[in-house]
Amino acid sequence: MSQSYNRGLIEDFGRWKEFSAGMWAWIFHKFTGWMLIGYLFTHIAVLSSALTGPEAYTNTIQGLESLFIIRVLEVGLLAVAVFHILNGLRLLMVDLGIGLDTQDKSFYASLVLTAIITVASVPTFMDGVTI
Amino acid sequence: MAERYSSFAPGGTTWLLQRITAAFLVVVLAFHFFLLHFVNHAADVTFMGTQARMENVGYFLTMVLFLIAGTFHGVNGVYNALVNQGLQGTQKKVVLAVLVIASVALIAQGTYVATVMAGWT
Repeated sequence: MSQSYNRGLIEDFGRWKEFSAGMWAWIFHKFTGWMLIGYLFTHIAVLSSALTGPEAYTNTIQGLESLFIIRVLEVGLLAVAVFHILNGLRLLMVDLGIGLDTQDKSFYASLVLTAIITVASVPTFMDGVTI
Repeated sequence: MAERYSSFAPGGTTWLLQRITAAFLVVVLAFHFFLLHFVNHAADVTFMGTQARMENVGYFLTMVLFLIAGTFHGVNGVYNALVNQGLQGTQKKVVLAVLVIASVALIAQGTYVATVMAGWT
């Protein structure tokens, strides 16, 4: 049985010092979501270079991948995507009513796992590029 | 006792679709990242390699479904975030119309690009 839960107005970001773990999870999920949908539009725009021709596509992808800043941004994208996925699984559990008493712990676990996966992926993402 | 804590009004069609697309995206987004950064290095991507993947009908359909699910999930999330922020009335209708047009355009463009990648046009 679900009940309403008065967590105050999270949209009032001036209250950030009072925020609990669940409210931070809500904000991080929203922030990473905005970044991912923004990236999706950019991604399709870049891949549209295939419409110009095979060479334009290959040159665009490999040209971008030769830039150090693009590799750094890709690591950032991975971190954002991994957090959104892990916290999304946590939210699916919350919706199913599973583990509600430990929802703050699962948020911290999402952060720690995101950090571990991101750090472990850095060598692969930075392979073959220099500043 | 269970306390409901969600941005979305439960019980609606978009509420359910947001969750169904979420479950699908968890799997396919992880697959997409793994395939194009770990199995194939992103810096080594060529049109020929992309075409070899995309001309597989199963891969093509998965990618198009991935695009549709990602666009719906992302744009619906943005719309709900704005509604939570207090968007209402005419503004709400205009924002919804703009988001729907942007979504349809993105899906159409992405699907067209995928057919070109597959070499079917």
